[in-house]
Formats: sequence, C-alpha cells, structure tokens
Amino acid sequence: MLAVENITKKFPGVVALNNVCMQLHAGKVNAILGENGAGKSTLMKILSGVYCEYEGRILYKNKHVSFTCIKDAQECGIAIIHQELNLIPYLTITENIFLGREIINTWGFLDKKAMRQKVQSLLRKLKLDVEPDALVADLKVGQQQVVEIAKALLTESEVIIMDEPTSAISEHEVEVLFAIINDLKKENKTIVYISHKLDELFKIADTFIVLRDGCAVESGEMAGVNNDTLIQKMVGREIKVMRKQAAQYAHREELLRVENIGLKHRGKSGENILTNISFTLGKGEIVGIFGLMGAGRTELVETLFGLHPKRFEGEIFVEGNKVKFKSPADAIDAGLALVPEDRKKDGLVPGLDVKKNISLTTLKDLQVGGLLNENKEAELAEKYIGELKIKTSSHGQMAKNLSGGNQQKIVLAKWLAKGPKVLMLDEPTRGIDINAKNEIYKLILQLADAGLGIIMVSSELPEILAVSDRILVMAEGSITAEIPVSEATENTILKAAIPKTI
Amino acid sequence: MQALAKSTPESNMKKYGSSLAKFQSLIALVILCLTISLLSDKFFTVDNAWNVMRQISVNICIATGMTLVVLTAGIDLSVGSVLALAGAITAGLLRNGIEIPAGNLYIGFTLLGAVVAGLLTGALLGAFNGWTITRFKVPPFVATLAVLTIARGFTMLWTKGFPISSLGENFAFLGTGWFLGIPLPVWISGIIVIAAVVVTNKTRFGRYVYAIGGNENAAKLSGININRIKIAVYTIAGGLAAIGGIIVTSRLDSAQPNAGITYELDAIAAVVIGGTSLSGGRGSIMGTVLGAIIIGVLNNGLVLLNVSPFWQQVVKGFVILLAVMIDKANSKND
Repeated sequence: MLAVENITKKFPGVVALNNVCMQLHAGKVNAILGENGAGKSTLMKILSGVYCEYEGRILYKNKHVSFTCIKDAQECGIAIIHQELNLIPYLTITENIFLGREIINTWGFLDKKAMRQKVQSLLRKLKLDVEPDALVADLKVGQQQVVEIAKALLTESEVIIMDEPTSAISEHEVEVLFAIINDLKKENKTIVYISHKLDELFKIADTFIVLRDGCAVESGEMAGVNNDTLIQKMVGREIKVMRKQAAQYAHREELLRVENIGLKHRGKSGENILTNISFTLGKGEIVGIFGLMGAGRTELVETLFGLHPKRFEGEIFVEGNKVKFKSPADAIDAGLALVPEDRKKDGLVPGLDVKKNISLTTLKDLQVGGLLNENKEAELAEKYIGELKIKTSSHGQMAKNLSGGNQQKIVLAKWLAKGPKVLMLDEPTRGIDINAKNEIYKLILQLADAGLGIIMVSSELPEILAVSDRILVMAEGSITAEIPVSEATENTILKAAIPKTI
Repeated sequence: MQALAKSTPESNMKKYGSSLAKFQSLIALVILCLTISLLSDKFFTVDNAWNVMRQISVNICIATGMTLVVLTAGIDLSVGSVLALAGAITAGLLRNGIEIPAGNLYIGFTLLGAVVAGLLTGALLGAFNGWTITRFKVPPFVATLAVLTIARGFTMLWTKGFPISSLGENFAFLGTGWFLGIPLPVWISGIIVIAAVVVTNKTRFGRYVYAIGGNENAAKLSGININRIKIAVYTIAGGLAAIGGIIVTSRLDSAQPNAGITYELDAIAAVVIGGTSLSGGRGSIMGTVLGAIIIGVLNNGLVLLNVSPFWQQVVKGFVILLAVMIDKANSKND
C-alpha cells in the first residue's frame, strides 16, 4: 500500500532518520516502535507531508509520490492523528470535522444541515454518543481522539496514522479505540500505529517495525515475536553505567526532606493534583521518580522548585532548616536546581548564544564594578563546554542551533555553575540520542559521587533502574511505592504506577 | 545552523550573510543620503545635519525606552501621552507653581524642581504600566493603550486644554541651546543612547531583558525576578518619554496639550526598522538609533525635495513595511 525507500532526514547536528525502508500493508495495523527520539515522529511527519525535504522516496499504491504540504498528503488519502490533538476547542464537533472543507450551499453560505447529518452518521459509526453541536472543549480526551478519527474518515482516508493514541486516555477508552481500529481494518484501511506500550501492540498490531537512533533495525509479524525481543530491539544495548559505590554514603546526611506536600487543583476547589507526598533525599543519593503520564511527576518537582506557591501545602526542609519558596529564585537560593522537562519551552533561551545561556544563573558573580566581565563569562562557558563535552563550534553559537543532547548539557551547565545542593532533573534524556544519554547518566552519577542530592524524574524504566539508588513510584498525585533499587523490577514498579481508580 | 560547524563554506556564507544583515540598515541609510544629496544641494550641509539630529533627538529618547520594552516582548503605546503630560507638568510647575487655596499655600518651583517633577511623572506612569502588566497580567498592548488615554486626559485637565507658554530663557536653553558646538538635545539623546548601549550589553539587567524576551519561562526558572525587570523597563520607558516631553516643551517654549500624538508610532517604527524583533529577545539600541536616523533623514529629505506632507506619510509607511519585510526574510533563513 505504502512503502518508504531509503529515507534519510537530517536536522542540524543530528540525523533523525538514516536510510529507513518500510512496507505498510492495507487491512492491517502496522506498528512502529521505538524509544523517544528514535525517529518515529519524524518518519510520520514525512509521510503526512509536514516535512517535505528529505532524501529517499515514498511509494504509494506503487507510484512515486512527493508531498509538498499536509494537504497534498490528505488528498492522497493519508491522514495523521497527532499525539497532541489538533482540534479547536471552542468550535463544535461538526465545525472541527469540516474545518477547511466546509460544505457550501448554492447561496455561498455554510450548509450546516448537510454537515451536521454527515457528522451524525460518522459519530454513530464510531459509537461516539455526543451531539454534533457539542463543543470540543467539553469532550473528554478519549472522545476528542474519536473526533480526530472521524475527521480522517470524512476524507475517505486510506491510510490513518495514529501517533501514541493511548497516551492520555483511560483503559475503557482504549478498548473503544481498539474496536474502532478493528472495524477500520475490516474496511481494508491501512492503520499505522505508533506506540511504545508493548502490551497494547500485541493486542492490536499485525506487523511491526522497530526504529532505533533513526535506523530501522527490525521488522516482521507481531505473531513471531515476544515482549523481550522487542524491548531488546528497541533499546539495542543495555544502558551502560558504572554503578557507584553504594557504601560511600552509607550514613547519609539528610539534604532535603519534604513532608505532606500537596498541590491544589487550579480550577476545581477541594481537589488536589498532589496529595500527601513525603520523602527524604540524602547527600550523594539519586532518587528516581517514576510515574505514568498524569501521575504528577512534573508537578511535584515544579512545586518543590517554588513554581506554585499559592497552591502549595506541606513543608520543605533543606539540611534540616524549614524553608518556604515564593518563587524559583527562593528555591535557587536554598540550593535547589531544576532541569525542566521541556528544554525548548522552559530551559533554554534559544536566541541567546551558548555562553549567555550558561551564565544566566551566575551573572552576579561575573560582574566587575557593576558591569559584566566578558572574559570571566567566556571562561565559565569554556569550562563547562570542556567538562560536559558540549559540541558547539564556539561559545558564541546560538543555543537553538545545537542538537537536543547538547542543548540539554547547556541547561545542565547553567545549573552546575550555580553549585546547587539538590539537582532535580525532569526527563533529562527525553529526545536525545543514545550517546548523549549515556554521557548524561555518567554525569549524574559523578555529581552524586561529588555529594549532590539528585532527584530524577523519568518515564523510562530502564533509565530509572540503571541510575537510581531508590525509586519512588507515583500514581494519581501520590507516592504509591518506595523501592530500593536492589529490590526493584519493572513489574513491581509498573504495578505501583498504574492508577487504581479508573 | 550547524551544531558542529567548523568553518565549512556554508557556515562562512551564513556568517557573512548575517553580518550583512546587521549592516543593511546602515547601507540603506547611506543610499538614502546619497540619493537625497543628488537631488538637493541643501541636504549635505553641516547646518542641515544638526537640524536633522536635533529633530530626531526626541524620537531617539522615546525609541530607546521602547527598544527595552520591545526586547522583553512588550510594547508601550502610552509614550506619546506620557511625553505630553510630563512636558505639561514641568511647564505648569515652572510657570504657575502649585496653589492650594485651602491653606492659602503657594509652592513655587525652580527649573530643576520642575524638570525633576516632569521626569517623576513619566517614570511613575511607566511604573504603573509595569505594575498592571506584571501584577494583573494585562497584555502590554491593552495596559499601555489605557494609559495612553489616561495620561492624555490628565494633560487636558492640567492644561485645561490650552498651551502653557513663555517658560523663560533658561528653560528654553534645554531645547534650543548649544554646548561645545553641539545642540543640547543631541547631547541629551546621545548620553541616553550611550548609557542604554552599556546597560543592554554590559549589565546583568540588560542580559535579563534579552533573556526574558527570548524565553520568559526559562528566565523565570533560572531565578530571574521577571516582574521586577519588567516594571523597571516600563519605568525607564516612561522616564525617557518624559525627557522627550521636556525637550519638546523647551524647544517650543510651550507645553501643548496635543503634544506627542502618534510619537509612539514613530518610536515603534524606529525600533522595527532597527531590526528589533517585536516578539522580543532580539535587537539592539544602535539598530534603533539607526532606525530613528533613517526616519529623520527621510522626513528631512522629503521636505527639502518639496514632497507634499501627504505623500511623506505614504512613503514613510512603505519604508517601515519594507524594513520589516526584509528583516523577516532574513530571519527565515536563520
């Protein structure tokens, strides 16, 4: 149905896809697997016409096609349902589904009746029991996803690409989605299903292809493989890190203690995003925090960093002293640092150069007589470029021109320059290549050995297991388990991470 | 664009290209000057040069403050009205002082006192802008639009709608005098520009301004007190507008209730022609100065060439559009 031949796509500093070949079959669910940053999304963006510059070619129904825009791909019958849903919240379901292809009556006005009827039949087919006039904003995430599927069906798409469709929906909604997918299969549609939830894929997928570091490393029938082989293919190699000597800090001095931390819900009064979180962090200790999406991991580190002072409950102690953070500046003064989850949005100033990004937290120390000293600043930058092996042409290079891994190192450098006691890392290796990942693990261990207390939030189990001394598992805003790494297995962690109330 | 860029030919091209982009407004200015001097023999004279410099000094004051505001990804529409109010306050205090009928009290003002009062008025209005923008999250466009009206209203109330004139020779010296062969307003705007260049390039405050405009979230998470920096920036913009107001009032020897109308647009024009991005984080004071000079030379040239004032506006509009279109085309290549 759809074949990809020798596709290569390069971004500044990183090869996102390297000579990938792939066959997609009609009437089947074709799974694409891979870790974060393996190149799944890039490949899908090429198939759906978002990226039009690449090497290699795409064959569709045995004809060579090249899409110059999303509309091209749509008209050919390829629809993509993005991980972040592309719906307009304050338009109705009908308006969303017909957006850009409205039915016009003879007077040149919108033919609302015709559109509504069409949507109604689509919704019935997809067993979504809501009115076509309902606002998308009022729907649950799972329902919104079905609306996206309806959008794809409206254009009679032959190929429907679903990018992590179950990342934000409940188990029941997943079942509904799978029923819909099975129906679509019967209509001989080609389904492309991207996920890294393996159990799901065994339920729904027929064929698979594994991407790793931009290469297609394995493909075949789902029936012929098991869980372990797929994991091995995805990860490729074990995460190689030298375990530090646990004995070195056997009598740990307490660095950070939090008691009964809570975070109130922004909108709904009486509800909490975080409830009753207590834990301690010792000098030289690495505490891994694992949780599924929506467990409250990011909210926890944000709260600890003073980002939500008005909705905060509980007590924080740094080295035994009670502290109260009204802003990140207070938290920084107390010796905390946070490498945020989304480095582009919260970590970097992309339009400033490497040097200015690194010095952002320590400008106070780089002044001479009230003016910034450029030599001192450059020295600081060079020091960290060397120590963290940041690959950049010079410290004057714009931060936005660096690869993800190197950008992450800049954010790290910014905090290391500040000399924190507690370093919080939120998904420190998201979207960066395997080598940079290993370098960052090594660095984390070195820092712990140097006496820092480290909190590492991650949704990647192998990473959590490899680096942490102790693992806290979160679900629904609470800590559901605390496991020393010696007793932790993927199973025990996952069991504690799955929400109970759905 | 390259992470590992050693000196590949491509990166050299880019470097060359971007420095060319930096100088393009300078090149545009040179071409503009050459063209006008070909068409008019009155243009390329010392007298006319000082004339242009003096005319643009007010816009340079305002546009310098505007640059800081725009670098934080904000905008300040109130500067024209703030200029008028500050000028009127200074003129009113200088000429009439304050009479408080209840206590049968009269407070007179020295020249310095009146000028300081005018400056404080501007700074205070700027601080008010900063306060509503940071404390209540009012979008800068709306907050400063409101103050545009408020300050104009206060100007009318204070002046009762009539000009306040005959302010004395000493005061007039500020706007019309010369010092060491250079007009005083040019001194004032020059000192402001130098100070602003140092502040933006060499101080922590300046760096924070760029960081906030470049990525407010990252700046906040780096421990920068965003609100304090923003309030400071709007306060400076208000204060600089007030300086502009005092210069205008002094030059005319009269505070006009309608002074400064649409000055904010000239300032914004200078900022964008100078290559500062309206989305913040990118730009420079010297760019703005160049932008202000381009506008000034263009105005002057069109007058010398006897172009009708109506056409002048049309031309000016197209120049602004052209400048930003070129800038956008360049940043797309980035």
